[in-house]
Amino acid sequence: MPNLAFDIAHLLAGGLVLISFMMLYQDRLYALLNIFALHALVLALSVAWQAYVQNAPHLYVTAVIALVFKAIIIPVALHRIIKQLGIHRDIETAVGIGPTMLAGMGLVALSMVLMLRVTGAADPLAREDLAFALSVVLLGLLVMVTRRNAVSQVVGFMSLENGLVLAATGAKGMPLVVEISVAFSILIAFIVIGVFLFRIRERFDTVDIGALDEFRGERR
Amino acid sequence: MIPGVDQQVWCVAALLGTTLLAIAANRSNKSTTVVYGATLVISLIAFARALSFLVAHAEATEMVLPIGLPWLGSHFRLDALAAFFLAVVNLGGAAASLYGLGYGSHESAPHRVLPFFPAFLAGMNLVVLADDAFTFLLCWEFMSLASWALVMAHHREADNARAGYVYLVMASFGTLALLLAFGLLSGAGVGYGFAAIRSAPHAPSEAALVLALMLLGAGSKAGLVPLHVWLPLAHPAAPSHVSALMSGVMTKVAIYGFIRVVFDLLGPPGWSAGIVVLVLGGATAVMGILYALMENDIKRLLAYSTIENVGVIFASLGLALAFQANGLGLAAALAFTAALFHVLNHSFFKSLLFFGAGAVLTSTGERDMEKLGGLIHRMPLTSFAFLVGCVAISALPPFNGFVSEWLVFQAVLRSPDLPQWGLKIMVPAVGALLALAAALAAACFVKAFGVTFLGRARSPVAAAAGEVDRCSLAAMYGLAALCFLAGILPGLVIDGLAPVAQAIIGHRMPVQANDPWLSIVPIAESRSSYNGLLVFVFITAAASLAVYFIHRFASRAIRRGPAWGCGFADPTPAAQYSGASFAQPIRRVFGTLIFQAREHVDMPSPGDPRPARLTVDMHDLVWERLYTPLTKAVWFFADRLNQLQFLTIRRYLSLVFATLVTLLLVLAIWS
Repeated sequence: MPNLAFDIAHLLAGGLVLISFMMLYQDRLYALLNIFALHALVLALSVAWQAYVQNAPHLYVTAVIALVFKAIIIPVALHRIIKQLGIHRDIETAVGIGPTMLAGMGLVALSMVLMLRVTGAADPLAREDLAFALSVVLLGLLVMVTRRNAVSQVVGFMSLENGLVLAATGAKGMPLVVEISVAFSILIAFIVIGVFLFRIRERFDTVDIGALDEFRGERR
Repeated sequence: MIPGVDQQVWCVAALLGTTLLAIAANRSNKSTTVVYGATLVISLIAFARALSFLVAHAEATEMVLPIGLPWLGSHFRLDALAAFFLAVVNLGGAAASLYGLGYGSHESAPHRVLPFFPAFLAGMNLVVLADDAFTFLLCWEFMSLASWALVMAHHREADNARAGYVYLVMASFGTLALLLAFGLLSGAGVGYGFAAIRSAPHAPSEAALVLALMLLGAGSKAGLVPLHVWLPLAHPAAPSHVSALMSGVMTKVAIYGFIRVVFDLLGPPGWSAGIVVLVLGGATAVMGILYALMENDIKRLLAYSTIENVGVIFASLGLALAFQANGLGLAAALAFTAALFHVLNHSFFKSLLFFGAGAVLTSTGERDMEKLGGLIHRMPLTSFAFLVGCVAISALPPFNGFVSEWLVFQAVLRSPDLPQWGLKIMVPAVGALLALAAALAAACFVKAFGVTFLGRARSPVAAAAGEVDRCSLAAMYGLAALCFLAGILPGLVIDGLAPVAQAIIGHRMPVQANDPWLSIVPIAESRSSYNGLLVFVFITAAASLAVYFIHRFASRAIRRGPAWGCGFADPTPAAQYSGASFAQPIRRVFGTLIFQAREHVDMPSPGDPRPARLTVDMHDLVWERLYTPLTKAVWFFADRLNQLQFLTIRRYLSLVFATLVTLLLVLAIWS
């Protein structure tokens, strides 16, 4: 049984990393949102599995929060925003898909090398979880850096938060307060960025953040 | 009532209350009188309590106030060293307040001065009382900021804004150095309290680093060359009684910080530390007074002379360090007492001289000596007080300046007892530098007095000057009397300083009170002794006799005749011997090297009616070689970094991302 628990946790966390990779090569907004919903779903599953393994019922709450907010409400809301604003649905990438994927692999390798070495004393479940979580965080940042579109930056940011939640639930004994605060921070970030999107849209008729730079009179 | 720290803290609270009062009574007519009256009374009380602490040889008292950092509180402590410096600070404060009662009524913007004056006094008191690193730094910064506000009181005048800027930069730099020094001292787990720092052991390398940082931090506030650049800018910019406080008292608070950390908290560092402090002090003394000699602005001249005196004090402290490191306790006590005596003396005569300069400024509106002259006829009382200050600061007997410098040289003469050859050679060399500085100081103040007060008026404002008010005169004469008393009763001062030396060095100078006829004997009767009273009596008798004989046998009446006109029919006052002329021989000797002074003579050819012209180019090498390249480097990097302000959002994110990945890589490779 302990082996099975470990394997399933490993599988789910690894799946999260894989889905992060999928985000990297999406060039359509709707597809990206769908992938993000999948990301959140896998996160919810992973957290629920942790709740079961660690026998920590409060983690179920976190799982539900992840499922309801991140997998359903936020993707649906973003879908609506895109539709309402009539945003261009193809994503302009700043760096080509190939180099991005290579960089992503390098980042995963880095986080594995680092985390597995640094957390030598921790129990294997937490070690794997932390290594995967760091990969997810770094990949989320990579998404933010390589995209020019504000919506895809929002998605990158939230996948980064998913990585944080994964790390938080992987460690035993993290109190519920932390997860709730993480969930709320995402909600608030979503609201803020949503408002921000509307503002940009109102003023520049586009959510390409390059328009902001042009407005400030700078070259890219 | 036993004098204790609580009374001093109450005095500080009263000063802060006066600040609030000054803010509340903003622009009211009476506020000048009320504020300076209040600070006068409070300073006198604080001075009296500090003095009685010293005289009574009282035990150190401590108190903790529950303000500041929550787990630390604010610790205050009154011991002999603090009591001595409190006495200096509050006596200076009382004199400045008395002077301010008169001088302040001429102030064009009293609401810019009144609230900060008591705050500045409170800041200086608090620095001396502080007993933990956090409180010390906080109060130090409070003192700096209050004095900065006073420097900026006349912020619309040309150069004052620059003075304030340079002062702010140097003060921040000094505080940074102090912060690092205290960080090293309180190290890992020692704690911020001075008692904990004092009892903890300090490794030699750490001690050397702390000493260097203290020389930077306290040295920049006190005016050690090459950190002195802000003094001649900022001290003259403030109103004159504040200049007196900054020059006469605040530099002493910086010296207190140095003594507290290096002598008290750090424990005695090695003899090589003594050499560093000694050489810096000697160089500062000579450089300061050379700058002063080249100066024609009377307040700037006084500020440069402060640098010289700070150099003398640091040299003496360096001697004390060297003697102490070699176990020569009595000699160390002698050098240390000499330094403290000079601290006291300098606060007397420098305040007096700044008051005099302020009086001249009030009545003529002019600081440039080349536009003054002949004021001894217009302002006889001010002139006499200023003369006393000049004689005292030139270290001429029977005034106080002579005694402290004589004590310094007595300590220098003990150098053959030192075992290290480096010290054996360096101490007499620095002694020679100090002797040179003393001689140049005399020349400098002959110039300051002669050009300002003697001769004929060089401008209409100087010709129309009048005597200043009574409060200003009272402050000047009070300080002049103190200069005189400390000069003829030096034994009292030395005995008063004994508990300080006992507490810091562990030894004291021999008791002077029992020596007959008010003599002082620093080491042994067979070696040297000095009697100020005797010198005074002799000078008075000789001068009276000379006057008597001249009047008896030469002429009975004072004759006023036309000055010899050098063959010119109607020489203008501008053709008089000027300050620049007076300094010229010295400039030719030293200035060619130190100031890169070059003279150009523009002689018109025969028949050409235009006047001949002599121009002198002088360079302040400290500015040009040290500060200008530094500012240029800062500007260069600021320009490069400025581009970071105009990146795209994605580039900022990339920067964060790259930093994170780099740090992770470093961790992956190193761990």
